[in-house]
Amino acid sequence: MFSYYLKLAFKSIKRNPILSLLMVTAIALGIGASMTTITVNYLMSADPIPQKSHQLFYVQVDSWDPHNAFSDDSDDNNPPPTQLTWTDATNLMSAKKANKQTAMAKSGGIIEPKGLDSKPFEASIRLTFADFFSMFDVPFLYGSGWDQQSDDKRDLVVVLSKNINDKVFGGENSIGKDFVMAGKNFRVVGVMNNWQPVPKFYDIQNGAFDEPEEVYMPFYLKEELELPNWGNTNCWKSPEGEGFKAFLRSECINFQMWVELPDLKAKADYLAFLDNYVAEQKSLGRFPRPLNNRLSDVMTWLDEQKVVEQDARLMLWLSFMFLLVCLLNTIGLLLAKFTGKAAEIGLRRAVGATKAELFKQHIIEAGCIGLLGGIAGLGLAVLGLQGIKSLYGDYVNNLSSLDGTMVVVALLLAVVSSVLAGVYPTWRACNIAPASQLKSQ
Amino acid sequence: MSKTTAINWEVGPIFRALLRNKVGAVLIAIQIAVTMTIIVNSVFIIVERDQQMQRVSGLDEDNTFYLSSLGFGQNFNAKVSIQDDLNMLRNLPGVVDAMQINAIPISGGGWSMGLQTKPGAEYDGVGTAVYMVDQNVLNTLDVELIAGEKFTPTDIRWREPAQGDWPDKIIITKALATSLFPDDEWQTAVGKTVYINDIEPMTIGGIIDQLQAPWIGWDKVENVMLSPEQMDQDSTRYIIRTEPGRRDDLMPQIEELLANSNKNRIIKGMRSLQETRERSYRSHTALIKILSTIMVILTIVTALGIVGMATFSVNQRKKQIGTRRALGASQGAIVRYFMVENLIISTVGVVVGAMLTLGLNIILVNVFNLDKIDWYYIPIGMVVLWLVGLIAVFAPAKKAANIPPALATRTV
Repeated sequence: MFSYYLKLAFKSIKRNPILSLLMVTAIALGIGASMTTITVNYLMSADPIPQKSHQLFYVQVDSWDPHNAFSDDSDDNNPPPTQLTWTDATNLMSAKKANKQTAMAKSGGIIEPKGLDSKPFEASIRLTFADFFSMFDVPFLYGSGWDQQSDDKRDLVVVLSKNINDKVFGGENSIGKDFVMAGKNFRVVGVMNNWQPVPKFYDIQNGAFDEPEEVYMPFYLKEELELPNWGNTNCWKSPEGEGFKAFLRSECINFQMWVELPDLKAKADYLAFLDNYVAEQKSLGRFPRPLNNRLSDVMTWLDEQKVVEQDARLMLWLSFMFLLVCLLNTIGLLLAKFTGKAAEIGLRRAVGATKAELFKQHIIEAGCIGLLGGIAGLGLAVLGLQGIKSLYGDYVNNLSSLDGTMVVVALLLAVVSSVLAGVYPTWRACNIAPASQLKSQ
Repeated sequence: MSKTTAINWEVGPIFRALLRNKVGAVLIAIQIAVTMTIIVNSVFIIVERDQQMQRVSGLDEDNTFYLSSLGFGQNFNAKVSIQDDLNMLRNLPGVVDAMQINAIPISGGGWSMGLQTKPGAEYDGVGTAVYMVDQNVLNTLDVELIAGEKFTPTDIRWREPAQGDWPDKIIITKALATSLFPDDEWQTAVGKTVYINDIEPMTIGGIIDQLQAPWIGWDKVENVMLSPEQMDQDSTRYIIRTEPGRRDDLMPQIEELLANSNKNRIIKGMRSLQETRERSYRSHTALIKILSTIMVILTIVTALGIVGMATFSVNQRKKQIGTRRALGASQGAIVRYFMVENLIISTVGVVVGAMLTLGLNIILVNVFNLDKIDWYYIPIGMVVLWLVGLIAVFAPAKKAANIPPALATRTV
């Protein structure tokens, strides 16, 4: 029966081409607009590291100004600073109280490639610890990260992104080769494969949807090579004394820290350790604010920092309202269409079709219109995402591709909403009294 | 009684007829209401964004660009390089003026500090953007000194890397003067002392008319302080103002001149201020375009919905229309019937729409911190949606009027 009803549905769709086209277009527009905004929101709020996002925690301690909270955020009346000072980052790292831990910072420097014809160029650096690579499941093309001894010995070792390896070494295996950056001679120990967590959760203070850094090196080289602060630096108090070292040891925040904790007990222990640490620092005259330490797992942290752009959420709401209008439109048109078929329905009822059968038949018809609308809507969503790309530029490159899940969501949304839209008109159509219709024939 | 020529609008009968087919009418009314809600709020958001984009930065944007110079290696001497570069740039034909600067207005990245009128950590500061500039600042940035004195070459000092203290004399914008001394006339700020880093005093030497901070989304975007200093850093930024029309040919020329004058550096990040404005306001431009598109499509969808429903109801009532025509109703009366019917539906729609519009605006105010909508948007929106409905229903109504009276007799 199903295939027969499908055939009837397509016949009926073809019989009123303009009305059908109107309905399919309305659904397609609604689905296209909604899917465009859903995709952008879905990618913005995606879990970038689903296999362990519950075990990775962002560390915050409140080292801020006694007179003012870090920010006057309306949702959170006493937020601790979003980053750490050098002093706290290095102290917490040396304590090694978590299973795995990494403090980090963004910096940059000039790469001088070998060979006379290649020009020096500037690249971004992530200063980090050996654990970074295993904590965040960084994929490697060649070699691996450095080991923990290199962290403490401040070895001149680097891990390169695939792009930089392509640019400097022509894409070949460069493990063990020399690499000149910031005036120093480094040894390459690893080359990453393509890696683009979306959002770039490990450092959202410096652009939640930015590209990952190009070169990775041990954290303490910041001090050794006096590498500059890139990205967000906030101070509530000016450094005591002049020069790089004084600035590093000031109360200015520029460092992020993540710890990996397997379970709730480990989390509670680490929080207790943080509280102890702050109490100890208070006795040294630091941390003038009340105790306010936080450990946030990946999704909590992204949510708290409002990684999803307001404009994106606004568009999502408006596009759902848009879909609503399109569906109201479809209900009206379906109603018109099915009422127009009253004579036919009356005839079918008279020759023995049950109400349930008629209901099935017309719901299938509504579903077919929805499916057609959904397919056309997917096409429009692809166009819409292209449009978003051209309007917003590089920033949304990682936020504007449809994946399998989104295609399924789009088709489901289209079919479900058009079937829902079809329920009332179908119900009305099925309740036509056969006699009244046959009379006027 | 004299013969009345007044048209009978037949509102009563039309309304009673409507009640017999409620669902179709209600659907159209809701559609109109939701459409109005989206359109009016969208227009409001568009106008708000557009007003933000109309604010002026204070610079000669059409003829200004900037670039970064990154020195490297042991032989690079920042101070010498900066002086050589500025000499070269300022003497280049077509260049109005040039200067080293730490941050670029409306670019998104910069340095901010707090200034307070009393010394001590217990007092709150007023936030301000900081531009480190030299004596050529007024000409390079195209800003006007409206009180006090400009910087002289002797005011300018070198700021060493990671140096923490501040010069004795600064110039501020009129907006900053007003937010520092809200109770006084802005002119009186000249000569007053303000404190940076809680206790370090600085004298306000002069006031400029207007200059924007690097952050366009900041509510105090006009709060700017000029600090007379050059930065002794290997990585530095120059801002260059050209004569009108010369920017585009000077940009590549200057990039090459600087790159060739010293092999121990890289020139990068060259960008015109016009491009910076486009990039900074890109999300505004994008939102405006997207909302405009949605509004147009939505209006078309709703109008087509009205056309579809009207056509359907005309088809359904062919016999009745024929009968009315046969009984003497004019074509005009038939057109009028459908127009009035639509007007009743639209009126219900726009009244509900007005309430929904306000409701959505309240949500937007709470969730997205938008402003409250101005009242006059709502009546304008109502009239527009009314007109859309009347235009949409006109063609089907005309079609109905052309139904021949004979039709009434045909199927009996």
